[in-house]
Amino acid sequence: MDMNELQTKVCQILAENLSVPQDQVTPQARFQEDLDADSLDLVEAVLALEEEFGVTIPEEEMEGVRTVGQAIQLVADKLGVAA
Amino acid sequence: MAEATVGLVTGASRGIGRAAALALARMGLRVAVGYRSDADAADEVVAKAVADGAEALAVFIDVQREESIDEAFGQVERELGPVRVLVNNAGFSKDGLVAKYGTATWDNTMDVNLRGPFLCSRRALPAMLKARWGRIVNVASVAAIKGNAGQTAYTASKAGLAMFTRSLAREVGGRGITVNAVCPGFVETKMTEVQSEEIRRRYLDLTPAGRFGTPEEVAAVIAFLAGGEAAYVNGAVVAVDGGLSA
Repeated sequence: MDMNELQTKVCQILAENLSVPQDQVTPQARFQEDLDADSLDLVEAVLALEEEFGVTIPEEEMEGVRTVGQAIQLVADKLGVAA
Repeated sequence: MAEATVGLVTGASRGIGRAAALALARMGLRVAVGYRSDADAADEVVAKAVADGAEALAVFIDVQREESIDEAFGQVERELGPVRVLVNNAGFSKDGLVAKYGTATWDNTMDVNLRGPFLCSRRALPAMLKARWGRIVNVASVAAIKGNAGQTAYTASKAGLAMFTRSLAREVGGRGITVNAVCPGFVETKMTEVQSEEIRRRYLDLTPAGRFGTPEEVAAVIAFLAGGEAAYVNGAVVAVDGGLSA
């Protein structure tokens, strides 16, 4: 999988889980301020990403993730996908 | 729902857990009968549920160990389906006065009665969140609200379980998942049969009903909370104690 595919897939999953139109899920979008996601929404989104990509994202790693771009990077790092 | 809902009851080889597993089976759920020490008894519960027409499975689960919980859930998921009804019933009780209470016994009590339900709930939640439907019923105790000399660890763990219930209910209520607790009074089970005559007498005197409860009477409330009709009951801590705490 390359970065483009990964990005598309992550954005798709986030859009579904956060119930927002996919065009709103841009790398710059902030979960709280722009996508109206509360903490439970984020947990669910992370669970979905974990399931889809077969990765584990522990609580500590979730803390710094404020934007969609950071989430994409987090998954990319775990899968060894280069930008 | 085309397929029957799957329920898991921890500590279901006897007592309230057993009665709860059988009650869920009668409701039409596919039931995983969780046990730790008595596989034979768990098999009997399964046999009874099956004889009543249900699909049931005995599964080893030690709520003190994360790996055991993960394995147990994995097994249930493979053989019955994702757990959408979780009854955290496994409990431990050992009386003793604080001045001489062992640290290991304290830890054990907390691990089984409070940490266990947390770990099991955490493991069960993803599937419930995904389905936007779930039921978690925690078996606390009248000891969650009434103190008892010699039961500091037990009462503290059960009170903790009651508050865990309330807070979790607030977390997931918006996803069609309810989290409630039942607080049995003095019920005749293996856990209470070790109580002295003096304590039994005292409980009897304090219970307006004038008798002890049966596991089936507690299971009936658990079953109700686990069902579709109880969708608006969330974060409730329900006394099933013959009026003991009234």
